[in-house]
Amino acid sequence: MSTVDYTQELSVIEGKPPLRVLDDLISKPIDAKPTRKFFIALTISGSMLSLLVIGLGLTFYYGIGMWGNNIPVGWAFDITNFVFWVGIGHAGTLISAILFLLRQKWRTGIARFAEGMTIFAVMTAGLFPLIHVGRPWLAAYLFPYPNQHSIWVNFDSPLLWDVFAVSTYFIVSLIFWYVGLIPDFATLRERTNNKIKKITYSIFGLGWRFSNKHWQHYEMVYLILAGFATPLVLSVHTIVSFDFAVSIIPGWHATIFPPYFVAGAVFSGFAMVQNVLIIVRKIFNYEHIITLDTLEKMNKIMLLTGSMVGYAYAMEFFIAWYSGLPIERFTFVNRAFGSYAWAYWVMISCNVISPQLFWSKKIRRTIPVMFVIAIFVNIGMWFERFVIIVSSLSRDFLPSSWHLFTPTYVDFMILIGSFGFFFTWLLLFTKALPVVSMAEVKATVTGSQPSHKDH
Amino acid sequence: MMSGKILYSYTGIFDTPDQIMHAAEKAVETGYTKYDVNTPYPLHGMDKAMKLKPSKLGYVALVFGLSGTLATLLTIWWMSAIDYPIVIGGKPLFSFPAYVPIIFEVTVLSAAIMTVVSMLFFFFKLPNNSHPLHGTEYMKKVSADKYGISIQADDPKFNEAAVKKFLESVHASEIIPIYWDEEEISHKNKILEPKFIMFLIVVAVITSGVTYFSFNKLMYMVPFDWMMNQPKLSAQQQSPIFADGFGMRQPVAGTIARGSMVYQFKGQPDLAGVKLVNPIPISKESLALGQVKFDIYCSPCHGYNADGVSRLRGQFPNPPSLHSDKVRNWSDGRIFAVVTEGQNTMPSYASQLSFDERWAVINYLRALQRALNAKESDVQ
Ligand code: HEC
Repeated sequence: MSTVDYTQELSVIEGKPPLRVLDDLISKPIDAKPTRKFFIALTISGSMLSLLVIGLGLTFYYGIGMWGNNIPVGWAFDITNFVFWVGIGHAGTLISAILFLLRQKWRTGIARFAEGMTIFAVMTAGLFPLIHVGRPWLAAYLFPYPNQHSIWVNFDSPLLWDVFAVSTYFIVSLIFWYVGLIPDFATLRERTNNKIKKITYSIFGLGWRFSNKHWQHYEMVYLILAGFATPLVLSVHTIVSFDFAVSIIPGWHATIFPPYFVAGAVFSGFAMVQNVLIIVRKIFNYEHIITLDTLEKMNKIMLLTGSMVGYAYAMEFFIAWYSGLPIERFTFVNRAFGSYAWAYWVMISCNVISPQLFWSKKIRRTIPVMFVIAIFVNIGMWFERFVIIVSSLSRDFLPSSWHLFTPTYVDFMILIGSFGFFFTWLLLFTKALPVVSMAEVKATVTGSQPSHKDH
Repeated sequence: MMSGKILYSYTGIFDTPDQIMHAAEKAVETGYTKYDVNTPYPLHGMDKAMKLKPSKLGYVALVFGLSGTLATLLTIWWMSAIDYPIVIGGKPLFSFPAYVPIIFEVTVLSAAIMTVVSMLFFFFKLPNNSHPLHGTEYMKKVSADKYGISIQADDPKFNEAAVKKFLESVHASEIIPIYWDEEEISHKNKILEPKFIMFLIVVAVITSGVTYFSFNKLMYMVPFDWMMNQPKLSAQQQSPIFADGFGMRQPVAGTIARGSMVYQFKGQPDLAGVKLVNPIPISKESLALGQVKFDIYCSPCHGYNADGVSRLRGQFPNPPSLHSDKVRNWSDGRIFAVVTEGQNTMPSYASQLSFDERWAVINYLRALQRALNAKESDVQ
């Protein structure tokens, strides 16, 4: 069984580095002592993380009245952040699973890192549904377990589907990631002379022997996992969009939501991965592994998904007009010209206009410009969720219940803190594990596969 | 068996993928079955060269995936249609479309977990850090940039000289024998090792300590205390706000609470009998309500049939039958006065029964009286 035909395309790795050099380069950040830069970065993300801790402490002690949420705006920053972070995660699975199935070799350099980002993004996202229930230590109620109240959860509710989707997504991503890491743990185990490291790597490497009798099953399982992860990632944001689409709030009750949300998730996820990778390749000198070609391909995907998102915005307006429903029409006019018009236009300019610059090859290959565009995309995608959630809720069917939302300082602490949470994990990851898959990269170097000349 | 060590295998190292492919093909040709090829990454075409059978893990995924599907479907059906049937949003008790997302997620979850678990633990028998190949130079090389073949001593065709010769013939460099590790073979797990026992004790102490703390202390601290601690007054609590110190307040003078009424005939049961008129007409609902309330509040003393057959077994002065001519001839208002104010040893039921409920009880009592003292005309 051969899963990927590595002999066809040109190598993604620039030049033809000896395999040992690749190992050295990839494991350098793990072996070397943390640098000053690393500590500065950790301090920044750590301080942001402490904002989260304080914000959550205030929330748990005094209750979620500390947030700006009100009736009817019962969802605001909390769910905006949740959808934003789940979306960030989607790029990782797309890169590791979908591009794997599509035999896109350029993914090898960035797959491990993107998968790591998926896991940390889903962890960050998972915080929000938990904290927004107010008493997260009772979150086990979300699962159907036999209990003394002798009742079961409501299987008809999209919010329950969400619980299953996000937790499945997290577990499967973690398994996928770990399976990819096993051979690398074994390589590290053989490289290191440090006793503690050796024990740790031996435990996590499970005693992998690089046997070809194992590789054969291993590749099969990797293919199966990729095959599962692909529909899974599509299902996750589809189900997240059901949280809105299945309700009847004007501006939410739309069949376009699932594809629109999935495209948006991939869009923002790629922007985040691109941002972080640009920094990583610079700091760790991975320019030959995470090449400019790879970044350009990511920019193309952003152009595609950004245009899909733009199309969805236009289509929402068209359907609102075409439906003939006055309330639906009002909602969309209100989005563009109402109290939250500023948020709407931030979203449009960041998400629809800025990625269009990627039509130019020059911009696609200029690192500072694409970095800025990707930041804009992230801002825009956060505002997209904010606009959908808050503008619809604050102007629902009954004018008597209309109420605007104003965030409090605790809302901002938690928002900034969520970035701290994410980046702290990411920084620790770069020091603890190989951020590029050694086994996969070695397999793609020119000349690393048999030439099959005697066949 | 040189130097008392037990031979595991003979290994050879190669520099290029083409060489190892060639060696693997030759090993199959020579007829070796217990051998392995170790490479730092999967080599494509190696499974063909080694004539390996296709992986069966796909079937594992299929079986566990489908079991997950079925198990979830049945579980949800049992939970929402059988064990706790409750109509939600007007949907049928078993509303399949709504279950598709969760069924899908669990299918993926069980297939993914079980495939990986069976691969690692059943197919590969991992974790195994004590395999003879571990801790050797050979392993160091094949984990980085070299390709190796290892022909095991338990192969039926194994013969040291022949194997060495074979490895030379395929141009292997570094032909090295690998031995079982003495210590690992003779190693026994000593359960009673003091270190292990200490470890168990520490784990037990920590677990019980944490459990005790969370259930007996943590659950009574804010904010985990089930909202027991709230800035509000419960019944009977003191309040410093009011001059009299009572938390519970009397209604404002001159007002009555919605739904309540003032009883005007305090201490004048006979006047009540004359003036009070039963406002509740006899109806099915009123009789049903009356029966419920009568059975709760009156029957313990007066008996279910109001005939004075008390269930109190003499612990309380036996009440009279309510079928006496006296009570039968009383007006509804007169009975109302007894229920409201009590009579001698019978206590008042004003706080348990609302006005309407008292009238309903009286209606029911009338029905009981009629049943025991039916007139000729009732039979017709
Ligand atoms: C705790 C036991 C008890 C309960 C409960 C009780 N009663 Fe009585 N009831 C008595 C006793 C004892 C008497 C006799 C009082 C007396 O000596 O005058 C009595 C007397 C009466 C009389 C007057 C009978 C008469 O011949 O003077 C009526 C009418 C009556 N009860 C109705 C009720 C109704 C209606 C209820 C339910 C709301 C009720 N009782 C609940 C103990 C009870």
